[in-house]
Amino acid sequence: MPQVTLTVNGKSATVEVEGRTLLVELLREKLGLTGTHVGCDTSQCGACVVHVDGVSVKSCTMLAVQADGAKVITIEGLAAADGTLHPMQEMFREHHALQCGFCTPGMVMAAIDLVNSNPLGLSQDEIRHGLEGNLCRCTGYHNIVKAIDAAQGIMHAPAAE
Amino acid sequence: MYDFAYQKPATLAAAVAALGAEDAKAMSGGMTLIPVLKQRLNKPSVVVDLSGLGLSGITVTDSAVVIGAMTTHITVANSGEVKRAIPALAALAGLIGDKEVRHRGTIGGSLANNDPAADYPAAVLALGATITTSKRSIAADDYFQGMFTTVLEADEVITSVSFPIPAKAAYVKFKNPASRYAMVGVFVAKGPSGVRVAITGAGQGGVFRHAGFEAALAANWSADALRGVATSADDLNSDIHASAEYRAHLCGVIAQRAVKAAG
Repeated sequence: MPQVTLTVNGKSATVEVEGRTLLVELLREKLGLTGTHVGCDTSQCGACVVHVDGVSVKSCTMLAVQADGAKVITIEGLAAADGTLHPMQEMFREHHALQCGFCTPGMVMAAIDLVNSNPLGLSQDEIRHGLEGNLCRCTGYHNIVKAIDAAQGIMHAPAAE
Repeated sequence: MYDFAYQKPATLAAAVAALGAEDAKAMSGGMTLIPVLKQRLNKPSVVVDLSGLGLSGITVTDSAVVIGAMTTHITVANSGEVKRAIPALAALAGLIGDKEVRHRGTIGGSLANNDPAADYPAAVLALGATITTSKRSIAADDYFQGMFTTVLEADEVITSVSFPIPAKAAYVKFKNPASRYAMVGVFVAKGPSGVRVAITGAGQGGVFRHAGFEAALAANWSADALRGVATSADDLNSDIHASAEYRAHLCGVIAQRAVKAAG
């Protein structure tokens, strides 16, 4: 069986997989990182979004073997060691950007990529369109957009001296 | 998903050799292949990952934009060079799928798959691009052979696509509101090989050129020139989203918007 060595949330892991093993299966079933969700299994809902080498991808639509040598960040890897939440997580909480919470891990990971790749800032309309790869069936998106708008202000703020 | 052997060759020659195996399947970004495998619609013996061949990158000359087959949609969409040379092409790449799909999906994969609602085939056909493979160079007019069908042989790998730089071009896509696939997408171009209009999403046989629109625009490059130019519904798709007659109507409306956008 193929062996995959990758770094997940800063820790190196070497895992035996099948050719057909998906990245999300490696994360959830081999590494026990069940924060990454599988909502649709058809590449549409975005609940499984993680970062691979710094960009957002749908981990249900990537083979584990394709992640060999990659650096992967999941929702579990965002908060600081002392439990301080990432600004995006904090703003999701602050603005009540979730109800059932199922889509939230993918929303947060996609939103961080969206903000990181738009250093000049995004309008609320651009945020809304930027989430086209993520489905939420509870909130109507309004509070998610508010949370991301608030988080980009924190993420792009000049670092304190 | 059925299991399969996985290979990631380091050279083009090794990839071609691996694809010679019975029921071998090439994978570029995997944005179509992996969903197809998950639905058990395909059962390859071996999946040959093309990501180790060094086939990504963009080169722009005075007359052409050459894009490596493994270049992702997001790279094309964000490329300053492509935006300057053929802005319509960069804009098209930014309309494909969603951001996560654009991070993985590639131009070579899109063209090898030739989905009847894919965006890149419209650009390739309208701009008169040339597709270079491990075996030969193929003109756009010879490449597409109907829905999910191309002239590519089983062990033939696309290496790059060369787009001649047009004087004017634009792509306008009427998206299905749920799936975001093109119900009708029209790419208009006035380039070195004349006026060409390619339509994706509408035809039963995949992407096609619209002779009536091309003749009207060659005589008079303006949206008004397309008024009253007929599109036959005979070979267009009818499905739960739209009838063939509705798609025929959309072809005219969207082509006019594309000409306006091209200026």
